[in-house]
Amino acid sequence: MALLTVQDLSLGYDGHTIVEGLNFTVNAGDYLCIIGENGSGKTTLMKTLLGLKEAIKGQIEIGDGLKRNEIGYLPQQTIVQKDFPASVREIVLSGCQSRCGLRPFYSKEEKKLAEDNMKRMGIEALAKRCYRDLSGGQQQRVLLARALCATRKILLLDEPVSGLDPKVTAEMYSLIANLNKEGIAIIMISHDIAAAVRYASHILHIGTSVFYGTRDAYLESEVGMFFMKQQEGGEA
Amino acid sequence: MFDKLALYLQYPFVRYALIVGVLIALCSSLLGVTLVLKRFSFIGDGLSHVAFGAMAIAAVLKVTNDMFLILPITIISAVLLLRTGQNAKIKGDAAIAMISVGALAFGYLIMNLFPISSNVSGDVCTTLFGSTSILTLSKNEVWLCVVLSVLVVIIFILFYNKIFAVTFDEDFAQATGTKANAYNLMIAVIIAVIIVLAMNLVGSLLISALVIFPALSAMRLFNSFKSVTICSAVLSVICALSGILISILAGTPVGSTIVAVDVVAFGLCYAAGIIKGRKK
Repeated sequence: MALLTVQDLSLGYDGHTIVEGLNFTVNAGDYLCIIGENGSGKTTLMKTLLGLKEAIKGQIEIGDGLKRNEIGYLPQQTIVQKDFPASVREIVLSGCQSRCGLRPFYSKEEKKLAEDNMKRMGIEALAKRCYRDLSGGQQQRVLLARALCATRKILLLDEPVSGLDPKVTAEMYSLIANLNKEGIAIIMISHDIAAAVRYASHILHIGTSVFYGTRDAYLESEVGMFFMKQQEGGEA
Repeated sequence: MFDKLALYLQYPFVRYALIVGVLIALCSSLLGVTLVLKRFSFIGDGLSHVAFGAMAIAAVLKVTNDMFLILPITIISAVLLLRTGQNAKIKGDAAIAMISVGALAFGYLIMNLFPISSNVSGDVCTTLFGSTSILTLSKNEVWLCVVLSVLVVIIFILFYNKIFAVTFDEDFAQATGTKANAYNLMIAVIIAVIIVLAMNLVGSLLISALVIFPALSAMRLFNSFKSVTICSAVLSVICALSGILISILAGTPVGSTIVAVDVVAFGLCYAAGIIKGRKK
């Protein structure tokens, strides 16, 4: 049974459909990249997967022992967060919130989990620093550590490298690749087709034409070849 | 000066004013941080105007305890404002402006059409700036205020971690199974309660000052949510206490004196924040 099975999913706003007929599955250990132009519905898809939005049509099934509240999520940064007075520890710990239920305070295990995930992301030295004083890359690590507190199985990342410089971008990608090697399934929205093709095991391309398949199949597909060529052209 | 103060403290109404003042200052500052960070500062302002309108209606209807009318109306408006605010930013802003100015106008209109005393402008001034109402509290009102404030503080402490999660990142909180909407609703209801309480202290026009100034001051100085919250509570209580004492000694209006002290405190914290920033 797959972690996530999407069947004939249609997405949109206020009854207006943006994408339709999405079918894909995510298994344990997969690395799925969702690519497509601006406005093609990538973020809407992610919000629907997370249960923040209703789908117009279709089904999202969760299986393999995964629970709704066990999905880790790395959102795009909001303006509110840019000058938020909170320490790194407080933010990472808030990822454990779903484990609390109605219990008002965090338990020892949850605090330990937060510590471990800070170490995993290499930010334990920043634990007492204020989030707003950190660099963009450090902030992303903090949010990633928070997402890891919420999940052991699957991470959804919404453009995790946007606004980062090339060096930090590369670090971020290898960090994510390592998490994937540890067995966490990754679903990542990306603009960066080159990186998507380099790291992903599966590609979902949404836009005027929809493609879903393994990375190799994507490279041989019409859409894939078209976009790879375009990107090469753009970079040359 | 201390003799004068000691003399005043013998009067029960002065002691009531101090107790109620401190409690209201404490409650209003607790959620201030969340309101400022969620960009909800103006909701406090809008709600206070609604409370003014409700108070006018209560006065005209000659309700024996006007709290029972003002509180529900304000809570309902808080819920409505928060709902619209979530759907679209600009719509929410406009909705707040509409409701608050509308309530203000109708409140004044009602007070003029059905005057409860010969001095209408005096009544209006009292509700808007709270000039004397804090000194004319009855024992029952003091008890109601104590009970509600204690409730607010307990709820805040119990839900502190959830309020933090929802304030920092609503989407994440909801995606991982925290009922963000329910907590937003709870925050709105608590704000409404605080505002109705605070009307006695500073009047409806000056309430937002009580909510946002301590939070903004604390945010200049501290780096974690917990320390910011604690600092803003302490600051708010100190400012309210000294404001009330100054107003008693100098014979100035209570509400505006407290807010003036809050403004001065913000100035000091701002300066301290700059100095602290330079040292780094």
